[in-house]
Amino acid sequence: MSREAILGRVRTALGRKAGQLPGAIPDAYLRPPAIDDLTGIFCVVLEKLGARAYRVSSMADAREQVSVLVTKKTSIASNSAVLTECGVTGLPGVRSGVTDKQELRDLCASAEVGITSADFALADTGTLVMLSSGEEARMISLLPPVHVAVVPASRILSSLDQLLTTLPLPAERTSSMVLITGTSRTGDIEQILVRGVHGPGEVHVVVVESAQKW
Amino acid sequence: MPSVVSLFVTCIVDQLFPKVGMAMADVLGRIGYDVDFPEAQTCCGQPAFNSGYRDEARNVAEHFLRVFRESEYIIVPSGSCTSMIVHHFRELLPDNAEVGRIEAKTWEFSRFLLEVAKVEDLGARMACIATYHDSCHALRELKIKSGPRRLLSHVQGLDLREMDTAEECCGFGGTFSVKFAEVSGAMARGKIDSIKKTGASVVVSIDSSCLMQLQGALHRAQLPIRTMHLAEVLAAR
Amino acid sequence: MEETRTIPGALSNERLQLAIYASTKRLMDHRSGAITPELLGDYQELRTQANALKKHTIDNLDYYLEMVEERVTAHGGKVVFCETGVEVSDFILKLAKERGARLIVKSKSMTTEEIDLNERLEDHGLQAVETDLGEYIIQLIGDTPFHIVAPALHLTRYEVADVFQEKLGVEKETVPEKQTMIARAVLREKFLAADIGITGANFVVANSGAVVVVENEGNARLSSSAPRIHIAIAGIEKLIPRAQDLGVFLKLLGRSATGQPLTSYTSFLSGPRRGDEIDGPEEFYLVLLDNGRTKLLENPDRRQSLYCIRCGACLNHCPVYRKIGGHNYPWVYSGPIGAIITPQFHGVSKDPWLPFASSLCGACAEVCPVKIDIPKLLLDLRADVTKDKEQKGKSGSERLAFRMFAWMMRRPKAYAMAGRIGALFAPQGSPWISRVPWYMNLAPIRAWLSQRDLPPPPPKSFRRMWKER
Repeated sequence: MSREAILGRVRTALGRKAGQLPGAIPDAYLRPPAIDDLTGIFCVVLEKLGARAYRVSSMADAREQVSVLVTKKTSIASNSAVLTECGVTGLPGVRSGVTDKQELRDLCASAEVGITSADFALADTGTLVMLSSGEEARMISLLPPVHVAVVPASRILSSLDQLLTTLPLPAERTSSMVLITGTSRTGDIEQILVRGVHGPGEVHVVVVESAQKW
Repeated sequence: MPSVVSLFVTCIVDQLFPKVGMAMADVLGRIGYDVDFPEAQTCCGQPAFNSGYRDEARNVAEHFLRVFRESEYIIVPSGSCTSMIVHHFRELLPDNAEVGRIEAKTWEFSRFLLEVAKVEDLGARMACIATYHDSCHALRELKIKSGPRRLLSHVQGLDLREMDTAEECCGFGGTFSVKFAEVSGAMARGKIDSIKKTGASVVVSIDSSCLMQLQGALHRAQLPIRTMHLAEVLAAR
Repeated sequence: MEETRTIPGALSNERLQLAIYASTKRLMDHRSGAITPELLGDYQELRTQANALKKHTIDNLDYYLEMVEERVTAHGGKVVFCETGVEVSDFILKLAKERGARLIVKSKSMTTEEIDLNERLEDHGLQAVETDLGEYIIQLIGDTPFHIVAPALHLTRYEVADVFQEKLGVEKETVPEKQTMIARAVLREKFLAADIGITGANFVVANSGAVVVVENEGNARLSSSAPRIHIAIAGIEKLIPRAQDLGVFLKLLGRSATGQPLTSYTSFLSGPRRGDEIDGPEEFYLVLLDNGRTKLLENPDRRQSLYCIRCGACLNHCPVYRKIGGHNYPWVYSGPIGAIITPQFHGVSKDPWLPFASSLCGACAEVCPVKIDIPKLLLDLRADVTKDKEQKGKSGSERLAFRMFAWMMRRPKAYAMAGRIGALFAPQGSPWISRVPWYMNLAPIRAWLSQRDLPPPPPKSFRRMWKER
């Protein structure tokens, strides 16, 4: 069988036996930077990527900001407790609470805006970290041309290194962890930058700075 | 400070650019060294090594080891030949103890001046606009970059201007220059475009092979720009 | 586009030269802008770490292959080991048949180009659509990628307009933004209708049973999330031990490739949807491909060829690649990395010129994020080529010339004599030489003179001048 043939060839080439433990592995090299103003840095970097950042200090303000972005548009919102809490799911034109795969996909394919929260954000790269779950489906931040995310500031980490320190085994939590850094883009035609190739061309992140830990 | 240094002029300088060797000897003499030229020297073997003929290269390397056995310092006006000696001899002769000794004694010319003789100002004088070409082996294998520029900065009247592609290969590459002549020529012409933009009338390098490539292309393009080895510039009064 | 496929053709095509130069320069500048001491103070340390991690993984590859298999299985997926490209396509065809699948969407994967996957699938009646914009355009034309990271680097917007008009039946559109929207609409339909999504994998994470797919467009996310079945195809060398090692590798990959600290999307995918997840594939397969990689494992010095993370930095910095372009390399992998792995996969006698198509400038090794010593391997392969020629009795005049060279260089008197005799024949008196008499017009001299002048032989060699001083 191919499996045995390949493993056999690998072992022969390396001079190793089946079941042999590996030599010492280098320590993991993670160096999270020390960042005092996580929210500030996150927003600055996000804007540099061509996305938009909005800082609000309450859930009510978050709802306000989102309503400006989705007014007169059809939106699909995830089942994140953050969105329910701030009342985004109650805005006109926003569908939410969908748990059927096909129904969700059809809504995402036709919606103009996809609204989600994020499990984490990374300050130094302006990244949203989305784990697929019952609360957050994959398609909402992917199919609609505009992506709006409402993220509690307490979820902002310094960096990928800190994420991997906090969550060393993402696969135990989810089948899909996606790091979203800016908008969908390409330079494939004459190296000219075009946004919104397959994923959203517009990304808006509303950061909610409140005492409550989310 | 040792008083005697041995010259390994390299076969290309010996046969095609002897003035470079004379200039190097002149500069070393000026700063107080006695210069020795072991006559039995020929080549470092790089042409054979780079063409995949290891046995032949090994034979030549062994001859080099014999010729320079007694030398305390071996001064070389070439980054690529120095690199061959200090990095690749050990691949050809892994069990030869002499190789380690030779590696420690072999110095590219500009590095010797700065790090052993500890001299930066050779009292040279050359009024011109010049630009410096970083030869690849010198730059990447020997990490020689700022040294020659420091030496040139003390040459009276010399206005050193950086070209925008100083670190790009000139296209010589030994037999590459004839096996892939068109690509080699295109690379040389790319360098020349950069050189022209500096307004320089002189291109300086520490490798005669690069200078041969560049001068050949400059002459073919009928441009009034000449190439000089660093030793020749430092010997100028 | 035929003329891009010969070296003289590529060199004489001014537009192509400008396109290659501008694109690679942009990528070079973006990279250097992303690794400044302020932004990435430990860049050199990261390279050292990456090299050490890859070395450890490759040196213990069987252990990590078994680990990833166990983890993928535990998460509800399946690992399929394939020795050849044919086995990969056989597997997919069988699966497609069993599931009644007809339409496949693919995101960019050099591994699948390596095994001509699309061709084989199409031959058996499946439609496999490339969804990366550059690859999609290339597929419509029927061409091959020009660069590991920028497949359509050699095309202009006008060529894109023509192919869209011809193959998609749309009106001629030459604005890149609008062209992109055309492709988006067409491909969106495919994503949502496809039965199978195939991606590559930039990394395969052993302790997580996960593949990491790095992209900017979103087509890999769609290919791996929309269809019922996700197949990730990766060479066995793509493994890294732990999810935490992504800290090192992701920092190096984006910056080395395009200057981005992170690309727009980095997906960490570890199997079919599970628990209460609403969407995602129902089935996940990780195909681990050999296709000759085990051969490269055999030599401890050359194993490092497998460390490559396919960033393309070596291509961007290679003065030879920047002149001849990706189509003048014999395999899908071009540039310096292609030059060292192609002879190892295919044998040195297939393209014996390839290891010599380099001036050994070392720019590639300087920028390689995993510190592959490409010039050293090129030199080793050159020695292989000459040995191979000798064994086949094909050495010819070059071997003889170098034998004479070595003979002479061990005999200083003979060497000095040869120098003096040579000087007698050489034309004297001219500053630099553009032409030589017929009896000197040997092939190397002819080749040299085709591009530049020769130095005039000096009246005396150094050794004579020294003696007479």
